[in-house]
Amino acid sequence: MVWTDYLLALPITLLVLFALGILLIDFMLPRDMKWANAVTAFIGVCFSAAGVYKIQAWMGKDSPAVGGMLNTMVVDPFSIYFFYLFLAGTAIAILMSVRYLETENENHGEYYALMLLSVAGMMCMASGFDIVLIFIGLELMAISTYVLVGFLRRDKRSNEAALKYLLLGAFSSGIFAYGLSLIYGLTGSTNLAVIRQQMMHRAFDPQYRPVAIIALATTLTGLLFKVAAIPFHQWAPDAYEGAPTSITGFMSVAVKAAGWAMLLRILLIGLAPMRSVWVPMLVFVSIATMTGANFAALTQTNTKRLLAYSSIAHVGYMLLGLIAGTVTEPNADGIKGILIYLLVYTFMNLGAFAVITSLRHRNVAGDDLDDLNGLYSRAPVEAVLMLVFMLSLAGIPPLAGFWGKYFIFLSLISTGHYVLAALGVLYSVFGLYYYLKIANAMFMREAEKGEEKLPVSLAMRAALALTGLATLYIGILPNRFIEIVNWALGIAQQASVAKVIH
Amino acid sequence: MQNHILSIILFTPLVGAILLLFVPKENKEAIRWIANIFALGGFLISLPLVPAFWVVRAEPGFKFVEGVANNWIPSIGAGYVLGIDGISFLLIMLTTLLGWISILSSWTAIENRVKEYYVWFLVLQTGMLGVFMALDFFLFFVFWEAMLVPMYLLIGIWGGPRKLYAAIKFFLYTLAGSVLMLLGILFLYFHHHSLTGVYTFGLQALYETAPKIYSDPAYGPTIATLLFLSFFFAFAIKVPMFPFHTWLPDAHVEAPTAGSVILAGVLLKMGTYGFIRFSLPFFPDVLHHGSTRFWIMVLSVIAIIYGALVSLMQKDMKKLVAYSSVSHLGFCTLGIFALSPLGLSGSVLQQINHGISTGALFLIVGILYERRHTREISEYGGISNVMPVYATITMIMFLSSMGLPLLNGFVGEFTILGGTFLQKDIAGHPGWVWTAWAVPGVVLAAAYLLWLYQRVFFGTVTNPKNEKLHDLTPREVATFVPLLIMAFWIGLYPKPFFQILDQPTRDLAAVVNRETPKSESTAEAATEMPAAPAAMTAVPSAGVSSKNLPAATRPSAHTPAASTAPAKGKN
Repeated sequence: MVWTDYLLALPITLLVLFALGILLIDFMLPRDMKWANAVTAFIGVCFSAAGVYKIQAWMGKDSPAVGGMLNTMVVDPFSIYFFYLFLAGTAIAILMSVRYLETENENHGEYYALMLLSVAGMMCMASGFDIVLIFIGLELMAISTYVLVGFLRRDKRSNEAALKYLLLGAFSSGIFAYGLSLIYGLTGSTNLAVIRQQMMHRAFDPQYRPVAIIALATTLTGLLFKVAAIPFHQWAPDAYEGAPTSITGFMSVAVKAAGWAMLLRILLIGLAPMRSVWVPMLVFVSIATMTGANFAALTQTNTKRLLAYSSIAHVGYMLLGLIAGTVTEPNADGIKGILIYLLVYTFMNLGAFAVITSLRHRNVAGDDLDDLNGLYSRAPVEAVLMLVFMLSLAGIPPLAGFWGKYFIFLSLISTGHYVLAALGVLYSVFGLYYYLKIANAMFMREAEKGEEKLPVSLAMRAALALTGLATLYIGILPNRFIEIVNWALGIAQQASVAKVIH
Repeated sequence: MQNHILSIILFTPLVGAILLLFVPKENKEAIRWIANIFALGGFLISLPLVPAFWVVRAEPGFKFVEGVANNWIPSIGAGYVLGIDGISFLLIMLTTLLGWISILSSWTAIENRVKEYYVWFLVLQTGMLGVFMALDFFLFFVFWEAMLVPMYLLIGIWGGPRKLYAAIKFFLYTLAGSVLMLLGILFLYFHHHSLTGVYTFGLQALYETAPKIYSDPAYGPTIATLLFLSFFFAFAIKVPMFPFHTWLPDAHVEAPTAGSVILAGVLLKMGTYGFIRFSLPFFPDVLHHGSTRFWIMVLSVIAIIYGALVSLMQKDMKKLVAYSSVSHLGFCTLGIFALSPLGLSGSVLQQINHGISTGALFLIVGILYERRHTREISEYGGISNVMPVYATITMIMFLSSMGLPLLNGFVGEFTILGGTFLQKDIAGHPGWVWTAWAVPGVVLAAAYLLWLYQRVFFGTVTNPKNEKLHDLTPREVATFVPLLIMAFWIGLYPKPFFQILDQPTRDLAAVVNRETPKSESTAEAATEMPAAPAAMTAVPSAGVSSKNLPAATRPSAHTPAASTAPAKGKN
């Protein structure tokens, strides 16, 4: 361990310290002071963000990637980008949770501690350069999330969701670990750069090729399960529906972003030599995902479930960005599209879930489509923001969601995948239909339960303002954010990353 | 010096909308007054454009250009660039006028959720103006899409019994067309980059490179035709051309009166405007070779006849007017794809006429509906006895819509038919053949409108409910006065309109009908092409053109693809 190791682990260490701190403080807090846990968690996120900034400032502009912890983790602009993304998503999710947990009468400190621990896991996934560290990060994140999904102990749906998620998640982790072990057997290393070098020869050696393909298929299964792509999506609608709404929002952005960070690292660095094999697989998965999710979303009557299918559909679009490119090289615009997509998705999807969370009060579950009826007359600001989020999810310019789709389709057109591009845009029209169902309910139907105003807490207001402003701002003036993503895209120059490691 | 008049016209309604947000929603009178002041203000502010434009009408290229290419999102090459020529000038004036009239006409028609209504209406107004002003493809696309949202809400909230269905159908149809257009735009963007090394959505830059796709061996006629179609679907759905028109009757019937006026008067014109502004100058060769143009002409003729026939048998007045729009817009597309200056002038003028007459027809239907809450023709009869002023205005507008000489409709239709007739060869057939097919549409228009008039206005009052109807209020008369003035002006003295349209339509026809030798190498094309569409791309004032120049040559900030230059992307 040298000094840089401690520095690189600073954001993770801070999160873990704060998580443990919350567990300790929670014992001492009286029942009506539980909001202090949320404050502590929020401060922890801020400290961690400061830690990330510290690394960023230390790195400067000259050294785009730093290896640490015996080269098991690498902190480059790509990791830093994801660190900020996780922290932003978590901060907003914490703001959403304060009032919600009180209403559910489940206001325990573990909730926030688990959240912070899962972010620590995510950071290991995003910065991991060694498949062991990536796997450990994944498990830390996943196990924390299993518990969070089942956090509403008295709610049957929540319990069921947690169990399903746990069983399927453990199963997929097993398959993933199997794939990783095969990769280790093939290449003799757990380091992604070494794996990449070895794979260049091994993957096309007839003697090893069958094993290499099995390793790829099993690894890919694990990865696609974590981002919830069809046919590995079955857990998502149930887990999304049963989980506490604030956790659904958290899962749909931060957990998903972590899955993507891991997927991009492994596919674009470790398994890059096998691109010609995994691209056809992804084409199939992507088309299946867009088709299945968009059709399934049409008939949903539960808003959380609908948004679960919508988020699966978005994975389908994002996979297109990975497909774009030549047989050997991915297209930079496609990867850029995925990163921008994750950024805008963080705000617009969390915003949507924030609105749904705010509907939960007293005896109303708030996650039925009918609960949105006449929302405009009860809470005009929330309704207009929800409209913004829905249109942004549908990809209508000038809202943030448009930019994710824009770069994905841009990359497809520039690399000549016209059919996939046409399919993608037509499915996005399809998607508009179910987003408009939500808009219709809010603006064009009458509220059944009278015109009573919706009480919205201060923290929730902050979360809504943050997500709403971000969605509009990124939509209208995206230039700054495109530049940030360009900077983060150190991963496109895998050569430079690999160089730092040795 | 940069002239900001276009930006001011563009954002006046939006400022009104934002201001309205701060008025408490209980205060309906204040909201109505503010909305009307901003709508009228939007119209008045656009009036100084008339003398200013008149002075420069004969100059080639776009006028009042503001903004420099790529100034909005430099990293992808999108800019906030506005500019107009004679075609967009007339459409902008139509938009500001109809916007004001529609808002004025909503005074008593809209009683619930008044604040929202006016906010969305003013936002819609800005969106529509932006479509006609944008000289950057990306900006155009943003306005084109963003404008769907307020229209969707206007239909969906204040519409009739089947409003949800109509609103969603409207949104999905138009979006389906425009996403394909987005792919087309992206293709042109990359094509421009592959030829010049510059990433830009600037319209003037794309005008130079897009026509080359057809003769480029790397792409060829098939790709060019597919691209043409990707734009065609977006615009054809918007116009709407047969067989993409099925959203229109639903949207019109369900929309509130003012929504219908704007929908017919302005929104449909975006489709025809798109044809004129993009399809024609981008893909001239696609129109001159192959059967694409033939089928478009056939669809136009079908729209004219079919729209008129369907109008004849409608029982609902609003639906009748809606289908008559299909027929009238058929004339407009016929004139556009005749590709002669005369046909194009006539088409643009007819678009203005259609905005005036059909806008007025929807107001007329709306007035009866507001009083009786039904649009069934059989419910009425002998209305001229109880509402004489209304009946007179209706008669004038019907005559204008059916194309009676001395009124505006005649001038437009006559010019279109003349422009088509005089073309020797349109898609393998002489122009007079197409004219012959289209002419019955004029006769049928007279039939369905006069028959409607007879059934509603003539005779004695058969339905006791109609006996107590009161005639037009001064406010209602005020909504018709500008339209009547315009109808007579264009009908009696259309010369100024043709003078405004003369320059842009001749330039456009020159670009579209330019002979391109079929077998030219790309190297030759690269040196020869920039000069050819100079008429379209030239910028009037030296100050602006020198500002545009560095933008075109400036190296793009766009990250190069990793495959081509991995080292360059690292920073």
